[in-house]
Amino acid sequence: MSTPYAKLPAWADYGLIPLINLSVAFIVAGFVVMLVGENPFRAAVILVEGAFGKGTGIAFTLFYATTFIFTGLSVAVAAHCSLFNIGTEGQAYIGGLGIALVCLSFDSVLPWWAIFPMAIVAAAVFGAAWGFIPAYLQAKRGSHIVITTIMFNFIAASVMVYLLVGALKPAGSQAPQTRNFLPGAELPKLNWIIELFGAKIRSAPLNICFLLALVMAFLVWLLIWRTKLGYEMRTYGHSPKAARYAGISETRIILTAMMISGALAGMMALNPVMGDQHNVAIDFVSGAGYVGIAVALMGRLHPVGIVLAAILFGMLYQGGAELAFEMPAISRDMIVIIQGLVILFAGALEHMFRPYIQALFASFSPKSVGMQAVNGKGA
Amino acid sequence: MAQAAIELIGINKSFGAVRANRDINLEVARGTIHGIVGENGAGKSTLMSILYGFYQADSGEIRVGGKPVSISTSNDAIALGIGMVHQHFMLVDNFTVLENVILGAENDALLKSSIAKARSELERLEREYGLEVDPDAIIEELPVGLQQRVEILEALYRGAEILILDEPTGVLTPAEADHLFRILKQLKEQGKTIVLITHKLREIMAITDTVSVMRQGTMVATRVTKETTVGELAELMVGRRVLLRVEKGQSEAGAIKLSVKNLTVKDQRGVTMVDDVSFDVRGGEIVGIAGVAGNGQSELLEAISGIRHAVSGEVMLEGKPVDLTGKADPGELRDRGLAHVPEDRHHVGLVLAFEENENSILGYHDDERYLKGPFLKVDAIMADARDKIEKYDIRPGNPRLKTANFSGGNQQKIVLAREMEQDPGVLIVGQPTRGVDVGAIEFIHKRLIAMRDQGKAVLVVSVELDEIRSLSDRILVMFAGRIVGERGPEATEGELGLLMAGVEHQEAAQ
Amino acid sequence: MDVFNAIVQVLDSTIRLSVPLLLACLAGLYSERAGIFDIGLEGKMLVGAFAGAAAASVFHSALIGLGMAILISVAFAMVHGFASITHRGNQIVSGVAINFVAAGSTIILGQAWFQQGGRTPALQPGERFEAIVWPGAEAVRDVPILGPIYAELISGHSILVYFAFAMVPFTWWVLFRTRFGLRMRAVGENPAAVDTAGISVAWLRYRALICTGVLTGVAGAYLSMVQNGGFVKDMTAGKGYIALAALIFAKWKPVNAMFACLLFGFLDAAAIRLQGSPLPIIGKVPVQFMQALPYVLTVILLAGFIGKAIPPRAGGVPYVKER
Repeated sequence: MSTPYAKLPAWADYGLIPLINLSVAFIVAGFVVMLVGENPFRAAVILVEGAFGKGTGIAFTLFYATTFIFTGLSVAVAAHCSLFNIGTEGQAYIGGLGIALVCLSFDSVLPWWAIFPMAIVAAAVFGAAWGFIPAYLQAKRGSHIVITTIMFNFIAASVMVYLLVGALKPAGSQAPQTRNFLPGAELPKLNWIIELFGAKIRSAPLNICFLLALVMAFLVWLLIWRTKLGYEMRTYGHSPKAARYAGISETRIILTAMMISGALAGMMALNPVMGDQHNVAIDFVSGAGYVGIAVALMGRLHPVGIVLAAILFGMLYQGGAELAFEMPAISRDMIVIIQGLVILFAGALEHMFRPYIQALFASFSPKSVGMQAVNGKGA
Repeated sequence: MAQAAIELIGINKSFGAVRANRDINLEVARGTIHGIVGENGAGKSTLMSILYGFYQADSGEIRVGGKPVSISTSNDAIALGIGMVHQHFMLVDNFTVLENVILGAENDALLKSSIAKARSELERLEREYGLEVDPDAIIEELPVGLQQRVEILEALYRGAEILILDEPTGVLTPAEADHLFRILKQLKEQGKTIVLITHKLREIMAITDTVSVMRQGTMVATRVTKETTVGELAELMVGRRVLLRVEKGQSEAGAIKLSVKNLTVKDQRGVTMVDDVSFDVRGGEIVGIAGVAGNGQSELLEAISGIRHAVSGEVMLEGKPVDLTGKADPGELRDRGLAHVPEDRHHVGLVLAFEENENSILGYHDDERYLKGPFLKVDAIMADARDKIEKYDIRPGNPRLKTANFSGGNQQKIVLAREMEQDPGVLIVGQPTRGVDVGAIEFIHKRLIAMRDQGKAVLVVSVELDEIRSLSDRILVMFAGRIVGERGPEATEGELGLLMAGVEHQEAAQ
Repeated sequence: MDVFNAIVQVLDSTIRLSVPLLLACLAGLYSERAGIFDIGLEGKMLVGAFAGAAAASVFHSALIGLGMAILISVAFAMVHGFASITHRGNQIVSGVAINFVAAGSTIILGQAWFQQGGRTPALQPGERFEAIVWPGAEAVRDVPILGPIYAELISGHSILVYFAFAMVPFTWWVLFRTRFGLRMRAVGENPAAVDTAGISVAWLRYRALICTGVLTGVAGAYLSMVQNGGFVKDMTAGKGYIALAALIFAKWKPVNAMFACLLFGFLDAAAIRLQGSPLPIIGKVPVQFMQALPYVLTVILLAGFIGKAIPPRAGGVPYVKER
């Protein structure tokens, strides 16, 4: 994903432009709020207060952010290898299946700290497996990974519904979900951290998956920029021919990248399943995989950016819930619109304002927008 | 003096800080063939793109048939009777010839009448100019020479009076090129004006009436072809006497380091690209492979370096065989002392989006010098990059800079530094100086000879005959996938040219 | 005779269920043939469905509803064009964004305007497209075999159904017999060739996207104004993606598209019809299996196990003028 444009200083590239894109997304969202007949400024205040005003709000914000860190990292790892993994949604769903199997088997006999590692592995393995098939089809059969992963999201949904209304549903129950896990499969909360700062928390699902997500973000950074594998993934991502020349196996690198991506997606399921609901229910992923696309784009595929973007989206989710409560005309679906707008302006239209910014920079100091002999020009 | 078909007056065009054309004046007389020569990057294509409405000039005036015109789209150019045959054909590969010819020149909203008209028009053009081609053939199934003919037909169908050809012979076999020149002469006799862009002086001398020389974005001279010489044009192109020969001593050939036996390679379509090729390269010699582009040289290099699958044959590197199944690990070959400077540095030899230091380990990234377990040793990689920057005078000397921001010559030096500094036994180089400025060419040639003098086996493939003659201790000529001759460095240009054109080969076949 | 009637009924609902797929699939065909990937079919259908039902209900006119459906759907298509043609953004990303905006805004606006939990008011007669009964349909109903076929399968659909099927030969004709079709196919294969032929790549692609918008608008209108008597949130329920699958399955050809959509519609109809009842020989087939089958089939096709689906070559790549 290279840019056909000239260089800007790094702070403009990674700070200013995303900020402008984000602002535009919010301004457009503000118009939608006006269309509904509410005051966008008041809505913004409610949203931010709802997300950060009270301890409970912060805890919820970070709980949602945890989910989005996983899916954002998942999308980003694949994207560094120039693979557009739209299948994060389905991989997370299937990851939940792995967790369910572990928890349902062991929750009566083992404590959480013994089950948690097993559940992590199961979630990662199931997610990775669901990412493996599209990756294999792309590497060996040349199927377009975007299309295949979309198809696999729907197939995953069918598989999970089949299991949740069948084999996984406890006898006599009507709800399409597993039985509730015993305390052995419930993860410890992290709310005490926020309480350390003096805030009061009623009940919030923030749990140790948040720490796991931060660890994974660091590991992803290490992987992409500090390991041979990451170097190879980026090489392939920029130029498959250069990768072939450098002795990097196309099949191996596609499979590896997609399995890591799938594993991260699968691990997302730990947060809602073991940290909050304590069961696996139909559609528990509820679009978090797609949010991961927005988060990864917003965060410019860098783990630090992804964590920040995930917190932003966590804020939207939590603040959006408050907003729905305070302004009846605005339901939580407002968040879906904002998500869409962020993806549009930070993703598809990310270069819209760049020429103007460049012109602006050039008018201040022509040298800062150095156009060295960019290849392909003047031939 | 015939009336001018085209006049360009004071044309300027910049891309950012790069001034591709500066203050260009050009006059092309009606009914003549006018050549424009210059090195890669001299601004020839940009100038013609301005004339064809693909780019707009920053300033300057264009006159066609004496009248000032403004050409802001290709449409304007077409309406003024200007047609262009592009270096990379602008054809829709899965369309028929007819569909391509009418694309953009349809009569009305329905295709029926356009197709009928085009069919009869193509028949007429075929009669008048000998431009034979099956109107219902699918483009991708036609040989390259015929595809180019379709481009010419497209221009003529649109009523072109002025035809611009951009490097038309780069992809052609000598026979196809000759045919093209016959067609061009015929077009000239019919009163068409032809502008031929090339960097091949031989073509200029063979076919043009007048010739203009461009250098670094400026028009340095215009000559009547009959009154000039190849030497004068070459000098005008580079601005000083070309160093046709790099100083070098006698080669002291040692043991065979690279041996190719009966190698046959087919491309994706199953066409034989390398046909039963055998040769050896010894330590301490440079073997040059000459040939017109597309005669199997690229495939040969790829097969030797383990990137491309070979159908049959054997390649021995330092006495041990190379896996030719196409599944060879280029990394393993590197370990065995094979260094490869690929033809296409933009997509193969470099990752342009990487920082310079990252590219300086590409292919050697699993060398233990740069690794600690699965992790990269960033400091070691950086130090290594700085070292190479200094030794090879790579500018700007910043290892954190994105590779795309280096000039062609410096990019090539990044690749060469990487490959040469690994101290390989065998070095294979594709197009060592393509798109490289003159100063860097000399540097690169000297480095290659230094490698030879250290006892390495060097294999060079180049479409530049001068380069081959200046570097090589032995010259192999490739034509249609076969090695059709071997000559010493003293071989004349004419002699090699005949071989490259496949003349002896064809005679032998008969 | 019961079996025969059951078959006619399944085929009848096959037609009804495949119409939105067919319209969306042909919509996708226009944009993808022009080199613009469009995974935003789903979203455009959804806004079409909402705008159609909302306008029909407010203005008491099915035609105004249809017009609004098309208008809004085209507007969304233009956003996709603005991002992916004018600003050369990533087409997949833009499509995802459109789906999100559509999903959220239909609910928010629906709730704000009609206060029925994201629904639009139930459409009254005159506000929706009614079935057209063909002459003599009732009279021949009792004729064995042909009677039910004429009365059930051919007669008794709304105008939009006939429109959808008429679009198949029309699209073929546009694609292969008109100047626009020739240029559109060319721009999807090699935009540089189109550019040098003096034709605007951007304008051509925008026009293809307008066609896409019109058809997704009609598809949406069909959902909310024919199949259902009003808009319900998320009523497209993945149909845009199935249409995308059908498009690949059809190898980007109009007539194939019709058969692919009929096949996927049939699977859907059969799944509904079978609901738990066992089939001879195979036994009981899970509904979910039938629902997943279109996706599975598409994956298998894409993997080249049955034929090879080669998309338009310039698809998904923004056109950058360069030499």
